[in-house]
Amino acid sequence: MQIFHRSTNTISRATIYGAVFLAAALLWAVLELQRSPYVTYAKVARPQPVPFSHQHHVAGLGIDCRYCHTSVETSAFAGIPPTKTCINCHSQIWTGAPLLEPVRESFRTGRSLVWTRVNDLPDFVYFDHSIHVNKGVGCNTCHGPVDRMPLMFNYASLQMEWCLDCHRAPEKNLRPRDQVFNMRYEQPSSDKPEVLDGKVYTDQVSLGTDLVRKYTLRSVTDITSCSTCHR
Amino acid sequence: MKTADQDDKHREEVCPGKKDKLDLKTARAQIAETKGPEYWRSLEELAGSSEFQEMMHREFPKGASEWLDAVSRRGFLKLMGASLAMAGMTACTKQPLEPIVPYVRPPEEVIPGRPMFYATAFTLGGYASPILVESHLYRPTKIEGNEQHPASLGGTDVFAQASILGIYDPDRSQTIAYLGDVRTWGGFLEAIRGPLNAQKPVQGAGIRILTPTVSSPALADQLQSVLKLYPQAKWHVYEPMNRDNVLEGAKMAFGQPVETRYDFSKADVILSLDADFLYAGFPGSTRYIRDFAKRRNPDAGKMSRLYVVESTPSSTGAKADHRLPGKAAFIETFARALAGALGVSASSGEFPEEHGPLFANAVVQDLKAHRGSSVVIAGDHQPAAVHALAHAINQSLGNVGKTVFYTDPVDANPVNQFDSIKDLVADMRAGKVDMLFILGGNPAYDAPADLGFADALKNTNIPMRVHLGPYQDETAELCQWHVNEAHYLESWGDARAYDGTVSIVQPLIAPLYGGKSVYELTALLAGQAEATGHEVVQGYWKQQHPGPDFDAFWRKSLHDGWIEGTTFAPKSVSLKPVASASSPFGDATSIEINFHRDPSVYDGRFSNNGWLQELPKPMSKITWDNPVLIGPALAARLGLKTEDLVTLELNGKKLTAPIWIQAGHPDNSVTVFLGYGRRRAGRAGTGAGFDMYPLRYSATPWFTTGVNITKAGGTYKLASTQGYQTMDTPEGARPQVRSASLEEYRKEPDFAKEEETPAELTLYKPYPYEKEPYAWGMAIDLNACVGCNNCIVACQSENNIAVVGKEQVVVGRHMHWLRVDAYYQGDRDNPKAYFQPVPCMQCENAPCEVVCPVGATVHSTEGLNDMVYNRCVGTRYCSNNCPYKVRRFNFLLFQDWETPQLKMMRNPDVTVRSRGVMEKCTYCVQRITQHRIDSEREDRKIQDGELQTACQQSCPANAIIFGNINDPGSRVSKLKANARNYSLLADLNTRPRTTYLAEIRNPNPELES
Repeated sequence: MQIFHRSTNTISRATIYGAVFLAAALLWAVLELQRSPYVTYAKVARPQPVPFSHQHHVAGLGIDCRYCHTSVETSAFAGIPPTKTCINCHSQIWTGAPLLEPVRESFRTGRSLVWTRVNDLPDFVYFDHSIHVNKGVGCNTCHGPVDRMPLMFNYASLQMEWCLDCHRAPEKNLRPRDQVFNMRYEQPSSDKPEVLDGKVYTDQVSLGTDLVRKYTLRSVTDITSCSTCHR
Repeated sequence: MKTADQDDKHREEVCPGKKDKLDLKTARAQIAETKGPEYWRSLEELAGSSEFQEMMHREFPKGASEWLDAVSRRGFLKLMGASLAMAGMTACTKQPLEPIVPYVRPPEEVIPGRPMFYATAFTLGGYASPILVESHLYRPTKIEGNEQHPASLGGTDVFAQASILGIYDPDRSQTIAYLGDVRTWGGFLEAIRGPLNAQKPVQGAGIRILTPTVSSPALADQLQSVLKLYPQAKWHVYEPMNRDNVLEGAKMAFGQPVETRYDFSKADVILSLDADFLYAGFPGSTRYIRDFAKRRNPDAGKMSRLYVVESTPSSTGAKADHRLPGKAAFIETFARALAGALGVSASSGEFPEEHGPLFANAVVQDLKAHRGSSVVIAGDHQPAAVHALAHAINQSLGNVGKTVFYTDPVDANPVNQFDSIKDLVADMRAGKVDMLFILGGNPAYDAPADLGFADALKNTNIPMRVHLGPYQDETAELCQWHVNEAHYLESWGDARAYDGTVSIVQPLIAPLYGGKSVYELTALLAGQAEATGHEVVQGYWKQQHPGPDFDAFWRKSLHDGWIEGTTFAPKSVSLKPVASASSPFGDATSIEINFHRDPSVYDGRFSNNGWLQELPKPMSKITWDNPVLIGPALAARLGLKTEDLVTLELNGKKLTAPIWIQAGHPDNSVTVFLGYGRRRAGRAGTGAGFDMYPLRYSATPWFTTGVNITKAGGTYKLASTQGYQTMDTPEGARPQVRSASLEEYRKEPDFAKEEETPAELTLYKPYPYEKEPYAWGMAIDLNACVGCNNCIVACQSENNIAVVGKEQVVVGRHMHWLRVDAYYQGDRDNPKAYFQPVPCMQCENAPCEVVCPVGATVHSTEGLNDMVYNRCVGTRYCSNNCPYKVRRFNFLLFQDWETPQLKMMRNPDVTVRSRGVMEKCTYCVQRITQHRIDSEREDRKIQDGELQTACQQSCPANAIIFGNINDPGSRVSKLKANARNYSLLADLNTRPRTTYLAEIRNPNPELES
């Protein structure tokens, strides 16, 4: 005698397969969530005391990155400009602008501006700006088109897989050292070839491969050792 | 809740090494039956107790991984279940937004992210240790030696290393106080003005100033000007670990107090009469260790020979080629007989039987054969007569001007300090004192017991008592006014090193709690209330160095860390005839008690320093306590076992304390260490150990006989790390420390080597390390190592290593990445001893890596065994599989994540580890990375010697050498090519990158047979 109706078979099959799919879907959702801007803040502008525009200062006025981020070539930390750097110009121009009141107040009172950190790595990651800049990694390779950001946000996810993408194949991103601070640098193509040491490059990989040699990059196994970033 | 008793019982059960204390009778019987290990670490091991055997096979001592805290097993399981269920959720955390705060006006020289180094000096007992201080954005974080200073040559000692923790101690006194209430500096000035003015008409007859030993020229000058202003005022000096004996001995020999300086680099034969000159606290020890170690290299020139006669086992005794344990009182007899035998004095020159005439005669012959290249050095512990005899012997051997030099005293006011404080107490009791200024020190705690200083301070109604000190301690409690003293890293000053060289002490940071320095308080007395420490010190040196180039002189002095031309020149002194008075020999059978400064907390001033408290003492490896040391023979006669409580009775006073049986301690003698049992030290120091000062009298401050020892009943748990992390030596394998005599070494240079397993005979995947630009390796020269412990503290400071507390050390959860094992060899009553620093071996075939389920420990291409904290899930498989037992696990949240001061102290380049994470030595990978980046930026390779690990940098002996083993010209490669080089547990074929150079002793052939 049948206790269950025949349709129970279908239902139970669907439930079993469904459970597998559901679990997989959940896992996928969690992983996607981990990579989403909700967690990484990628491309999300953060609240700042002064709505400082990189677009205006970099693209509009042509100020070099190193004018403010002074220690980028010598230290792990690129440096956040002190109030004094702002006042260098803003004691001459826009002296009364209400937007800049926090800056003037900081200079007046000697109390620091408290910015919100935009490119924030976890504390167990030890990133060093100076070596990346010196090996031909452009600013905008990681920070994105800062000269087109009215408000600052982190361009990349800053997650380990993103770091490793480049550490596993550095030739895909290297550029000549003199182009590191060029915000409008384009990788070589047949339309826009790059000339380096008298050699013409029409694609990134061949340029990058030569730069890896020229700048004596350590091997991929070296730069993917854990202690390169974690200690 | 369990009772404390049950708790103890439970601990006993899980900590067997401590349960069955050594029963000497069985031990002796067992030794007689079985041949014990050649080298042993504890008496338990020597006896081969089964508990010891079990401990050796464990990853951590039994109990380390047990849940001993006051939560039931059931409750714990519930929590575990819940945390397992939640475990997946932890991945979903989102980084919180973080503020970033730039300067308003940046200081010119600062590059954020790069440390700066400033030269300054740490002062202990008046003697300056020149140091460099690493500063991250003006936060001092690490002490290093000053390589260019002759008193340091890059080395430091444990006290200087650990002083960085002192500045961030949250228990430091943070305000000026009047009767315990908060006051301001202004309020203090107000209160002191009237009484000071009242002293003017009487020429300051009621003013007394008490300071510790002062070597600072500026402060001495200030105090002199105070005395000029108030001619009737008096300046007293007292420090419990003073050098009265040394100064009195010099007066006895030369009629004037002189400082003795030694040059061990030119000494072929050294005789130490109870002088522990290879441990921190002995003036000049950092330099002496370097010079001594240089002459202990069997491959370069003639090796020196060290004879030690000592009353307490010390690290100096451990390094001796021949050591004679003897009661402190016998050492004077020995010295007299020695003087007689050398023809210095009229005494007979006959050595009593107890001294082993064989030993003594060998010393005499050796000294005679090395006229002009020997040193006889007497310890601070020994009476003046021994010092006078040592001077006479050195003089007659022609050592003066060659290995022994006399200079002006470093102490600016070389008075007899016990007399000085005695006079002060007499004046206090006679009602002559109206104003008492205690400028540093803690006399209410550490003054001789018979003087009753604390009682006098409390009950003599001195109208104005002022205490300047870093803590609201026992003395502050008895003074109306307490002024919080600025730490030396917060204030200006100057001080002399052991050779007289003046260092300017410059601040690294503004006082955290607005403290005042002794210079500022003295300036107030001298009538310059507003003078800052900077003005005082600079003003003094401007007087000494007038002229237009003062600014350049000042800047150079600050930059270099010392003032040129201030080193004392050797002076010639003439010897007075040696008095032939015989010493009080004492009854040979009556028990002697020795008072020693503690190797960790000194005289008690470092009581609240967790790093020092948890530092295993060189010989006993005890932490957090000061048991009474007793020799095995006396313990057997009294029927005592380690950790038994005994009552010490001396001059009618009774004290109860636990004992520790110390191999090599002389018979009929006990040693107590001062500086423990503090009542008001702070969270780490209060209540730790036992206060031994009540037994110390001003007539017999260093040792005396007639102490009565009786069993008090009961035991006391001691936290010794001796015996923990013992490496299991398989049957037939070579011991971990290897040594030979110089003669044996000459015959068979590669005695320490063993047949290496062929590299290809392994299941590990090979990696061509030789093709990499760098392959990091380390060589540790056991011959140079003197067991001074400096590397442990340096490592702790550099790598943010947590302090765990006594209870956790008892169960074996201490976190030191680098340990210094002490091994003994031979007779219990006078064993030879060896030190072996053990960091991570960085095995090429690392057993820890293959068992990690999450890849948290993996190899780098440069041969480092990387530990990735953020991947670690705490299975502890790795430490279970580590044959060297160098991995440390955060069983609990040992790091203090809350206290703001401690956050400032940490090295920002090293992760602060949390609970449930394994950690270990990384060869200071943060330093490797920094140097690699710097060199690559400059398109060059890292030079040999440029990159030093923390333990190497400040090692006074140069015993640790780190570098690139792929460079055949590097120092480490050369050492590894040395015949003495060997690996630990080489038969396991782990191919460790850390290797050792076997120890060579230079015994007298006459004594060997």
